[in-house]
Amino acid sequence: MNLLLCVITPFLGAALVAAVARLGTWQAAAAAAGVTLAAGAWLAPLVGGTFQGTTLIERYTWMPREGLDLTFRLDGFGLLFALMILGIGLLVILYARWYFSPQDRLGRFYTGMMLFMGSMLGVVLSENLIQLLIFWELTSLSSFLLISYWQQRTEARQGARMALTVTGMGGLALLGGILLLGQITGSYDLSVVLAAGDQVRAHPLYLPTLLLILLGAFTKSAQFPFHFWLPNAMAAPTPVSAYLHSATMVKAGVFLLARLFPTLSGTPEWTWIVSLTGLTTLLIGAVFALFKHDLKGLLAYSTISHLGLITLLFGLGTPLAALAGVFHIINHATFKASLFMAAGIIDHETGTRDMRRINGMWGVMPYTATLAMVAAAAMAGVPLFNGFLSKEMFFTETLGTVAQLRFGWLLPLTAIVAGIFAVAYSLRFIHDVFFNGAPIDLPRTPHEPSRWMRLPVEVLVALCLLVGMLPALTVEPLLAIAARGVLQGPLPPHSIAIWHGFTPALWMSLIALTGGVLVYEGRRPLFALAARLEGRLEARRPYDWLVAGVFGVARWVTVRLDLASLQRMLFLFVLSALALGMAGFWSAPMPLTGAGPLLPFDPVSLLVALGLAACTASVVVLHRSRLIALILLGAVGLIVSLIFAKFSAPDLALTQLSVEVVTIVLLLLALYFLPQSTPAESSRPRQVRDLLLALAAGGGNAALAWAVLTRPAESIADWFLTHSLPGGGGANVVNVILVDFRGFDTLGEITVLALAGLGIYAMLDGLRLPAPAADAQGRAWDPDAHPLIMASLVRLLLPLALLVAVYILLRGHQLPGGGFIAGLVTAVALIMQYLANGVAWTRARLPANLHPLIAAGLLIATMTGLGSLALGYPFLTSSFVHFHWALVGDFELASAMAFDLGVYLVVVGATLLILIHLGLVHDLSRPPAEEPR
Amino acid sequence: MEALLALMIGLLTAAGVYLLLRARTFPVVLGLSLLSYAVNLFLFAMGRLQIGRPPIVTATAAGYTDPLPQALVLTAIVIGFAMTAFVIMLALKARAELGNDHVDGLHEPEVRDTDS
Repeated sequence: MNLLLCVITPFLGAALVAAVARLGTWQAAAAAAGVTLAAGAWLAPLVGGTFQGTTLIERYTWMPREGLDLTFRLDGFGLLFALMILGIGLLVILYARWYFSPQDRLGRFYTGMMLFMGSMLGVVLSENLIQLLIFWELTSLSSFLLISYWQQRTEARQGARMALTVTGMGGLALLGGILLLGQITGSYDLSVVLAAGDQVRAHPLYLPTLLLILLGAFTKSAQFPFHFWLPNAMAAPTPVSAYLHSATMVKAGVFLLARLFPTLSGTPEWTWIVSLTGLTTLLIGAVFALFKHDLKGLLAYSTISHLGLITLLFGLGTPLAALAGVFHIINHATFKASLFMAAGIIDHETGTRDMRRINGMWGVMPYTATLAMVAAAAMAGVPLFNGFLSKEMFFTETLGTVAQLRFGWLLPLTAIVAGIFAVAYSLRFIHDVFFNGAPIDLPRTPHEPSRWMRLPVEVLVALCLLVGMLPALTVEPLLAIAARGVLQGPLPPHSIAIWHGFTPALWMSLIALTGGVLVYEGRRPLFALAARLEGRLEARRPYDWLVAGVFGVARWVTVRLDLASLQRMLFLFVLSALALGMAGFWSAPMPLTGAGPLLPFDPVSLLVALGLAACTASVVVLHRSRLIALILLGAVGLIVSLIFAKFSAPDLALTQLSVEVVTIVLLLLALYFLPQSTPAESSRPRQVRDLLLALAAGGGNAALAWAVLTRPAESIADWFLTHSLPGGGGANVVNVILVDFRGFDTLGEITVLALAGLGIYAMLDGLRLPAPAADAQGRAWDPDAHPLIMASLVRLLLPLALLVAVYILLRGHQLPGGGFIAGLVTAVALIMQYLANGVAWTRARLPANLHPLIAAGLLIATMTGLGSLALGYPFLTSSFVHFHWALVGDFELASAMAFDLGVYLVVVGATLLILIHLGLVHDLSRPPAEEPR
Repeated sequence: MEALLALMIGLLTAAGVYLLLRARTFPVVLGLSLLSYAVNLFLFAMGRLQIGRPPIVTATAAGYTDPLPQALVLTAIVIGFAMTAFVIMLALKARAELGNDHVDGLHEPEVRDTDS
């Protein structure tokens, strides 16, 4: 239960934070912090067990046969990430409270952040891989919202879109990879997949699986050549960059690499692809970082470089390298988050992020400068800081592969070059910002930030120092369980210490440090060279081409397909439907007539059919006189209802009958505002063409209907017929199907109905239409709009009609009737009042606000479903009891009848909403008629 | 009897399609209504035709027709109403905004104002 609650708390908290944020910024921050602490509190009791090495699996079955369950997993590696997400999240919440200016809406930021936090916790605590992917995509979506926080800025929107496109594409690839993995291992459970490493690696589909999963991981972790989205995402507010783009989201990619390490690693493919990608990213990120003049741009490229380093470590594939990778994940999160926060402080205080202008900040904010220097030293890998420890492990590992690979010596060499540049850009971050003369033309006069804005940086920097100096006392236990979670086995012998003697790795560190200083000293010619190459080496170029290409293709297709005429498009649509139907006929050569039994003709049916044919043909022939065509359409509908009655479908007959009345009333009301006749505009050839198409479509449908009707039926009907009474407590099987067996469908349908009603309400709200002053023949309207006899009669009829409706509703479970029909009957009865007495008169006497009615209906229907859920049954399970009342007799009372009541209310509400508001348009469009007595 | 129903379905379809292809909104709505009658009857016919055997469970019934297509068609009728309502409102809105009732939403005043 705890893991589920831990993941779900931030999602629920997002709504809470959004609500509380109206009270003020402090309240919003406090609520967000409270939610984070609550999520942590669910995790707290489980920490002890995890440190003892147990892996907790929490399972809620949903579709076990499909391997789709809600399953959570807590082991050391998941715990490490959960702690980083919650811990750094808490610091970012505090920091953001001071970072944003009063005109920024903090509620939106915190809400987005809560959503992101929940998604990220979901990724790291998922046992089911499909579930992991869903949370993975949620991180992409919520990060889109966070990057585009300043929506009014173009670069924020562009950056957010680019991040979503790249990581979204990666997510799609990952889905493919996970599905393949599930096919190979037969399960989406991580435990099974982790244990099936040999099977996966030996499988012929191993390479495509690996490539797809790596695409997902590399796009998320901004690996070359997908790294370009990360610098562009720097348009986000700095708290977002500190949280998403250094500590958590970009780590999801390496998280996945580490998580699937036991399954996928250990093959030449893995080693080559992963380590080469990591190596390239490491080098490119480090070199580019030096030449970025934007403070956050430097940090972004540095992040790319460090992610490359971690990827490279996992790519090497040895247990020790994996351990170093986990260690560097921790270290990078602490020093990079604090550096981003420091950069945010500088941006906040000076009003710019351009390092060519920000100089000499040591004199203004020595305290912040000290903090930033410590964090930058950790980033550079200076001894006594945490970055040094993992970097030295990294150097050791690169040396270990020299003998194993051809060109193996390239690896430590590249590592040293990247190390040199890492030192150089760290040095630039410190020297350029805090020293290097006086500031140039700053938008604001900087000073030390608020005490509280510094506190999160202090905490993180303290961690850098503590881990750097006392690794065995601080990070060792957590690192051990996390690495054990990654390796799914015992840890290799290792020792994390500052001093190992004069090892080759130490020499590499020293070379990197000295080389870095030298490179920075000789930076001026390098900068000049970079300025000349500026814009030529943009990795986003191919992306831009790709996006432009996709848009170009879309435009090409649209221009060719969109004829700018619905009429012609509709013609083509019917034509293609016809062609597809014909193709179906042609491809299966079978006799048109089947061998099923047929019913004999009878003269009455023939007569009814002739009536239907006459009415239908008249609608077409007379369609230019709209009123006549409409009345004939009503006749067609009534005959259709007779057909239903004839062929044993009383429920359908009743429904068709009542819907027909409502439809005709509606169309009559609407026709008032439309031209009363249709002009003859279509040319003769066009009419012939349309007629031919219509006849072909009709012939095809008739042939298809004939082909089916003459074949014997094989149906699942028996199941419903046998189970209706014992299982659903109702004799009317159609109604039992609607409210019980397929209740979920019906719930969806009444939701659609409610939405259609609301959509029409929105469309009609305040609409004014030119109202005709006279009818089609030019006669003036009757001044007595509401004749007395009709008004009185209809008022008398109302209670009777309502009684009939209630009767139909109550008996619906046993006999023809039910919520749909009763709702329509009620609606007709009420609409009659409006028609006979006028909208104004009736609105004064009947509740006119129908939204609560619709809401109540949906609520009742949903609550019936949730009620069964609360009692431990699946959603919308029905139950019933048998009653005997004197006078009334025996009857069943089923919970599905409450559901039917919900259906009834929605139908009444939506139908009335549509018709009354159309009636209101009448009143708005012409002066109010005289009220009857 | 089956042939009769098949013919009726075909006729309703043909009439619906022809009106669907007209140039003004109101005939299109009429065509849509006819087409939905045809579709509902067609769906209903998938359960085959039975006379005097409604799916109401009683002790004495000789047999029952297939209730499942009926349940599907019942909701289809109601949703069809919602769709018709939505389309006709769109037609009203389009006329209010564009000044004519042509389906292609031509931005020109009515060719021949038949109201007055």
